[in-house]
Amino acid sequence: MIVEIGHYALVLALAAALIQTALPLWGVISRDAALMETAKPAALAGFLLVAMSYGALTWAYVASDFSVLNVYANSHSQKPLVYRISGVWANHEGSMLLWVSILVLFAAMVALKGREMPLRLQAAVLGVQGSISAAFIFFVLLASNPFERLLPAPVEGRGLNPLLQDPGLAIHPPLLYVGFSIAFSFAVGALIHGRIDAVWARFVRPWTLLAWIFLTAGIAMGSYWAYYELGWGGWWFWDPVENASLMPWLAGTALLHSTLVMEKRDALKVWTILLSILTFSLSLLGAFLVRSGVLTSVHAFATDPARGQVILAILIFFIGGGFALFAWRAPLLKQGGLFAPISREGALVVNNLLLAAITAAVFIGTLYPLALEAIDGSKISVGPPFFEATVIPLGVPLLLIVPVGTALAWKRGDLYGVAQRLMVAAGLALAAMIGVFAWTHGGPVAAPLGIGLGAWLIFGSISEILARSHRTGAGPSLMLRRALGLPLAAWGAAIAHIGVGVAVIGISATAWGTEKIALVRPGEVLQAGPYTVRLERSFVRNGPDFRETVATFSVLKGDEVVGRIEPGKRVFVAQTMPTSEAGLMTAGLGQVYASISEFEPDGSVGVRLYWKPLVTLIWIGSMIMAAGGALSMFDRRARVAAAVRAPHGAKPAGA
Amino acid sequence: MRMRIAASLLALSLATSAHAVQPDEVLKDPSQEARARALSLELRCLVCQNQSIDDSNAPLARDLRLLVRERIVAGDDDTAIRRFLVERYGDFVLLKPPFDSRTVLLWIGPFLVLGAGAAAVFAAARKRRAVALSAPPLTDEERRALAALTEKSDA
Repeated sequence: MIVEIGHYALVLALAAALIQTALPLWGVISRDAALMETAKPAALAGFLLVAMSYGALTWAYVASDFSVLNVYANSHSQKPLVYRISGVWANHEGSMLLWVSILVLFAAMVALKGREMPLRLQAAVLGVQGSISAAFIFFVLLASNPFERLLPAPVEGRGLNPLLQDPGLAIHPPLLYVGFSIAFSFAVGALIHGRIDAVWARFVRPWTLLAWIFLTAGIAMGSYWAYYELGWGGWWFWDPVENASLMPWLAGTALLHSTLVMEKRDALKVWTILLSILTFSLSLLGAFLVRSGVLTSVHAFATDPARGQVILAILIFFIGGGFALFAWRAPLLKQGGLFAPISREGALVVNNLLLAAITAAVFIGTLYPLALEAIDGSKISVGPPFFEATVIPLGVPLLLIVPVGTALAWKRGDLYGVAQRLMVAAGLALAAMIGVFAWTHGGPVAAPLGIGLGAWLIFGSISEILARSHRTGAGPSLMLRRALGLPLAAWGAAIAHIGVGVAVIGISATAWGTEKIALVRPGEVLQAGPYTVRLERSFVRNGPDFRETVATFSVLKGDEVVGRIEPGKRVFVAQTMPTSEAGLMTAGLGQVYASISEFEPDGSVGVRLYWKPLVTLIWIGSMIMAAGGALSMFDRRARVAAAVRAPHGAKPAGA
Repeated sequence: MRMRIAASLLALSLATSAHAVQPDEVLKDPSQEARARALSLELRCLVCQNQSIDDSNAPLARDLRLLVRERIVAGDDDTAIRRFLVERYGDFVLLKPPFDSRTVLLWIGPFLVLGAGAAAVFAAARKRRAVALSAPPLTDEERRALAALTEKSDA
């Protein structure tokens, strides 16, 4: 019964979404306030209905109701509670329902938080967002219904794919799915509404930022999952599914920077609108690539060509519609503030150019084999060597200009003054690079260069905060007060950029890693960087819903045991394929990493053992980036975006 | 439905390769082994979803790893080994596609985007400067008003 209620609630949600689209947009066009007012209740009703529907499916999972096909196919009665809850979205149907939930959640938040937004803009945004929700609810109901019943009900479920039964993955997809649809809705809504200015940029920015924060955290989480669950010790594989999430992230990062220019200087309007549409298009493309199975990938799950076609149709409708509207309305946009090439705006333009080129590299590399095969039938592979060869030369200049860009003034910058300001940071970064190079003499050359780049980003960001809080003759206490008084957005930017630097250092340091592949007997030792690893024994043990064979290794520094790692192989009760569990010991910022290839009958094990110095910085850096973004969200400007409607902000001074 | 689940599970299980390079494959000479590893990373496991032969535990990947090591021990250089494999399996085996007429757009595409973007920015900046310079001259009335203001401030 509860399941049927959930199903019916979703049908009603479709109705709510259609109302949320039709009435407010009609109101926007006919300038009818009463019609525009319907957007808010429709969005809230839609959210409550989808929440009910999602709750019903969750209940079916928690109660292990195997008469529901989706639960039967993806769950098991012995599964721990947390994986029954995460199991809801760890399959195609459930994850589409989660996607829909996020779409309506954003709509509800805009309806509630956007009280101060101009009514026409809010109605237009909610109307467009409603149309996206409607399309995806329709898709769920028609082509991937999670509420389908299975009669007679089986006694036991088939179990969740064991690879997905993992804490990292339990929280990873919800983070990813908070998409850039809202930025698209703002862009298209504004194009319909016809007013695109700094006010618009100020309203759209917090939402873009929120989507970006979640995507950043989601990608980092997914990368860490792949790192220890797939057991190859790599953290990024340039796999199509990873690229599918990286493209909207890159475009979204560009969008964050361009809305900044638009908000402060009323410039780059056309580009910002285009970028909003593009970012969401890339999210939709990602969904299509992941779901349709057009591209072969190691971790695409639940692929189905027929569903892919429906998503393709949705994608064509929204992307095509968005771009058509853009082509029609964008020429009407008036150009905003002028700026000199050497200025903050100029630097941000370069940032956007390079990010767009990197996005293009990922896009072309991901889709080229497909296109080429369609054109002349020849098959080629585009793998990590291609992406490294194109993304690195574009990414390094992008990162190099970050401290310069943040130090330049708006409108017209003074390069000489900036050089003076950044002299100390540059000196420190150079010293770090040379120091590391001398210390690791004979090692890989690229690593110290990367460390230098990371240090440049970190010191550059710190020096920006110092410079902004410094006044000649001011004592340290005044300086501290000034620093604390800086807008949170300034701190957010500095911290996010420091995060990039930290991640760059972590990535560069992977070059110093060591790897051993060997067959070891109990008592034998292997070397992993500064540590010695000794195999103690291997044995079998039972988990809640799996059996695993584990090898216990002691990790020694000198003669002293400092830790233990237990890599193994698991077989879940509901599945037969074993999965591997890496053994990890975090030592400082590095990690000792072991994964088992085979257990021999005589007690010896085949092991792949790595020492990965500073590797955790990759994910720590990503989290710092997300934290910087979060800090920016709490900036006064974002919180009281409303204030710009107040009389003093409504008209530019002197107008 | 069932088939699809089975297929996707199979795909996933192929991904659970914790045991790519096996201990018995490793060459005695560390520099030769290093070359073999570097080469393996550039070669695609032809039957896998999207993995290099270095990462994959498929039997074919193992055969290819052993083949690469055989050629290295026999004294072939990296280019010769790559050529040998391309002759056998086509360009598909290379994770880094060769630069030729078919892949020219692939390799220069990202840089074309950068160039086109830069050109567009440059053109827009020039156009705007031209517009700014060609602002209409002051009307007589404006000129008089300006003169009046300047006189006032001079006085």
